[in-house]
Amino acid sequence: MIEVDVRLQVGAFSLDVAFANGAGVTALFGQSGSGKSLTLSIIAGLIKPDAGYVRLDGETLVDVATGVFVPVSRRRIGLVFQDSNLFPHLSVKQNLLYGRWFAPRGERRIDFDAVVETLGIANLVSRSPTRLSGGERQRVAIGRALLSCPRLLLLDEPLAALDMQRKLEILPLIERVRDEFDVPIIYVSHAVEEVLRLASRVVIIDAGRVTSVGEPAEAFNRIAGAPAANRFDRSSILAATVEETSVAHGLTKLNHPAGTIWVAGSAGNCGSLARVIVKATDVILSRVLPQEISTRSILSGKVANIQFDGAIATIEIDLKDDGRLLATITRGALEDLALKPGSYVYALFKTAALDERAIGMASAQGE
Amino acid sequence: MPDFLPATLFELSPAEWTAIRLSLRIATVATLASLPFGILTAYALARCQFPGKTLVNGIVHLPLVLPPVVTGFVLLMLLGRKGVFGPYLAEIGVVFSFRWTGAAVACGVMGFPLMVRAMRLSFEAIDRRLELASETLGANRIWTFFLVNLPLAVPGVIVGAILAFAKALGEFGATITFVSNIPGETQTISAAIYSYTQVPGGDAAAMRLTIVAVFIAFSALVASEIIQWRAAKRLGNVE
Repeated sequence: MIEVDVRLQVGAFSLDVAFANGAGVTALFGQSGSGKSLTLSIIAGLIKPDAGYVRLDGETLVDVATGVFVPVSRRRIGLVFQDSNLFPHLSVKQNLLYGRWFAPRGERRIDFDAVVETLGIANLVSRSPTRLSGGERQRVAIGRALLSCPRLLLLDEPLAALDMQRKLEILPLIERVRDEFDVPIIYVSHAVEEVLRLASRVVIIDAGRVTSVGEPAEAFNRIAGAPAANRFDRSSILAATVEETSVAHGLTKLNHPAGTIWVAGSAGNCGSLARVIVKATDVILSRVLPQEISTRSILSGKVANIQFDGAIATIEIDLKDDGRLLATITRGALEDLALKPGSYVYALFKTAALDERAIGMASAQGE
Repeated sequence: MPDFLPATLFELSPAEWTAIRLSLRIATVATLASLPFGILTAYALARCQFPGKTLVNGIVHLPLVLPPVVTGFVLLMLLGRKGVFGPYLAEIGVVFSFRWTGAAVACGVMGFPLMVRAMRLSFEAIDRRLELASETLGANRIWTFFLVNLPLAVPGVIVGAILAFAKALGEFGATITFVSNIPGETQTISAAIYSYTQVPGGDAAAMRLTIVAVFIAFSALVASEIIQWRAAKRLGNVE
């Protein structure tokens, strides 16, 4: 377990965070510039804090008060950067084995073949990293960090530099790494979808302070009312029960107390609980139940709160019986619909707008 | 054959062969002996912060800006028979004055700034995040230097070595001041050419040695180009 309680002043920015992780994936979530990567650098030992301590499995890595500072190379913390930083002068295999060679003999518990198989990189080992695609490089980087047999694995926005297709390819691989190798992971991201899918615990950081900690859906809903810096980052999380899987169309029907949600692909077995992340910008509001419309996910609720941000209004909707949904619409539309707190509305969103990262099996998390 | 070229263009005398062999030996020893110091100095200047860094940088570059004769004279004062360190070195059997080893020292010192400049650039060009990656994988700075920095700096190290070698072949001022111009001991190609031009009828010999000097320098340049191209190809910088 890692315990962090550090303070650091960089120019006008002040970082003051304290948290601990558990088994599995702990996500550090926040906007760019919120201090999450800085926190990661302090854990890895790339930056010294001004005050505070970092402890890993009871061993003190940094303690400013007692002057303890364990150098990066002796921390045994794996770090995967946004761009994979493979050694260009070594083969993929040499890259993979680099950290293993430095791991103490008794600690080399992670098997080379198992990692190569899990990450699907067996056919790449004899190649040069300069000849790999972005997604392949990132898989090798994850394998390289894993094979150093770290006590903790830090992933710093490992998918940020990849396109959506590659993201969807690598996300399940990270899930497999989480489930097959017993290494706790700290995952830094500003993508709600990735965090919800991977993490059992999330630490939300804003402007250098921890604003919320806990199980992801819970932690996100706690901050849902707070205005996000960017309207594209506002999302809501809905919990729903899987009712049926339509094999013919590859769709899954989810039951929410406020209506029906359709998602593409699988979301778990019938009766299990699924989570869906809906971006506020993907939601359409209507005062009447629309007829003959292609949108299939329609939920009913009541306007709870309206916030303005220039020409855009963010509306918080209390869904019928359970949950809260954010919708961003223009001020003009708001006036035309004459919405105010207490108005009844139907919220619609397209199934096609929910990518695979947005649908999580709630049962796989929260252990 | 044109009149200005001697008829004996390709017939090198034993004395001329001696000068060529000596030049190659001095340049090779000077380059190889200064290589480890050059690499360490270049790495330290590129990557380390230490007090007196500007001073070290200045001292390294001095031979480049000082008149070579001055450098030779400073060497004489430091390492000569009556110099500051000369007598102590003589006691342990190391004598530089009027020996070919002294010529190698002079050539090494003169080539050092060129060597360090080329190497420093290539150490500075290495992505720092590769070093960080190496350290997070458990390699300390020394291992990281040998496994990441040095292999990636190889093209620059080679260029630096070739430049120093070429400089050593052409060195004249510092060498002649420090160890004089003794045939068979300290008379390099450059010194021999100078001597031949000072005696009547020496033009043919000077011309022969000039051609040899051009040939050696050109070969060294071609070799460095090939080695660099191969290194770049290996690192994927060339399609």
